Amino acid sequence: MGDQKIKDIILGIIATVAPDADVSSVKGEVRLRDQLDLDSMDFLDIVMELRKRFKIEVPKEEYPQLATLDSCVSYLGPKLEAVASL
Amino acid sequence: MSDLERVVITGVGLTSPNGATLEAFRRNLLGGVSGITEMETRFMGRVLAGVCRFDELKYQGRKERRRGTRAGSISIYCAREALNHAGIDPAGVDRSRVGTFIGITEHGTVETENEIDVIRQYDYDTKFWSHHHNPRTVANNPAGEVTVNLGLHGPHYTIGAACAAGNAGLIQGVQMLRLGEVDLAIAGGVSEAIHSFGIFASFASEDALASHEDPTKASRPFDKARNGIVVSEGGGLFVLERLRDAKRRGAPIVAEVIGYAMNSDAADPVVPDRQRVAECMTLAIGRAGIEPKDVSIVNTHATATVIGDEQEAAAVRQVFGDCRDVYINNTKSFIGHAMGAAGVLELAGNLGSFDDGIVHATINVTELDETCAMRNLVLNEPQDIGRVDIIMNNSFGMLGTNSAVVVKRYGG
Repeated sequence: MGDQKIKDIILGIIATVAPDADVSSVKGEVRLRDQLDLDSMDFLDIVMELRKRFKIEVPKEEYPQLATLDSCVSYLGPKLEAVASL
Repeated sequence: MSDLERVVITGVGLTSPNGATLEAFRRNLLGGVSGITEMETRFMGRVLAGVCRFDELKYQGRKERRRGTRAGSISIYCAREALNHAGIDPAGVDRSRVGTFIGITEHGTVETENEIDVIRQYDYDTKFWSHHHNPRTVANNPAGEVTVNLGLHGPHYTIGAACAAGNAGLIQGVQMLRLGEVDLAIAGGVSEAIHSFGIFASFASEDALASHEDPTKASRPFDKARNGIVVSEGGGLFVLERLRDAKRRGAPIVAEVIGYAMNSDAADPVVPDRQRVAECMTLAIGRAGIEPKDVSIVNTHATATVIGDEQEAAAVRQVFGDCRDVYINNTKSFIGHAMGAAGVLELAGNLGSFDDGIVHATINVTELDETCAMRNLVLNEPQDIGRVDIIMNNSFGMLGTNSAVVVKRYGG
């Protein structure tokens, strides 16, 4: 699974959680919260969607890994790869 | 009573199964248009219901709607429509002095059923239970969503009063204005009841859920063949102001709230008590400083249950039996039972009478049940009575909560 595919998955989840947000121009290195109207409840929604769609659990202490799109790719990439290979 | 104590309605916002504006609602009530349709519900298949069709995104973003509740969405729509009708820009008022008081029959059953359905898909693993559940199901949710949407900082809460709740919300608004606690009240009631299968199932188990091959004929208060309630969703919120303030800003005054009353049967949980109902109406009329003969329209609560309609009709005969010029009607025959919205929504549907002098009908009465006969019950076709000065709405609810609200044409 390439990085672009992983980005698309993450942006797809964000588009579900924040349907009014424009996810087409999200910058990889900037905190998602600083470029989109996202709050703590939205991040919990993202965690829930990962659980529902991919059975991926994100422990509370690892929430900072979801701060930017790039960190999401780094952190979730191996998890999504593992799910895809099942 | 001074202009500081007199409270007037200056804006009406509503959504009803047969109209999402005051004008459309009134037009359909006069035109005999029912809002009852079939809809699919969980576990029960097709049921008859009053479904509202308003644009949820007119005043909400999609994320706000996704996080919130249907009751919250109905409330926001009605509150915004009411403020627009009143000619009030929320940015132009002291938001700390605006109170939001919304009657609900129930809240949280819809959201709880939805979450159970979600975790059912994951073998009842509660990790899949939404973190939005608590803010969605706290009892103040519908009123709270209004304050968040509008940025209002005055008090907000809901009032649980079963199917008398809409009137209870209105009464609370009047009282808070008279107490000086707020300068503007957004008050009334809402219901999202049709999204809970449990409400339909419970009425069905009680043998109190209406059935008819033609959905538009299912809600038939006072008819001999009535067989129960049609559950509906809806909302009715009024902007209320002290008369002094309304005059000062040159507000359009829709009506004056001149009397109200609430009391309790303290008897059966579901069967109304005609004596207490009569006492409630009499108390409201007395507080309004009028006599029964002065009322132009009694807008009844009747839900089309066999016993409930009989009890209310007996109470109406007791209070108004000798009055030649009092006319009786029922709005649920068009829209079903909008639960927490019922009182204010039905009252709103009659406010047009101040302008057109017409009493909307009680439709679907093929054969009047003689136990429900009342003088001047307006059956099936609207009746032009020339002039309407005072309207009384009745709303009663389970556990024996009764309400009556009296409003008057504003005449200075």
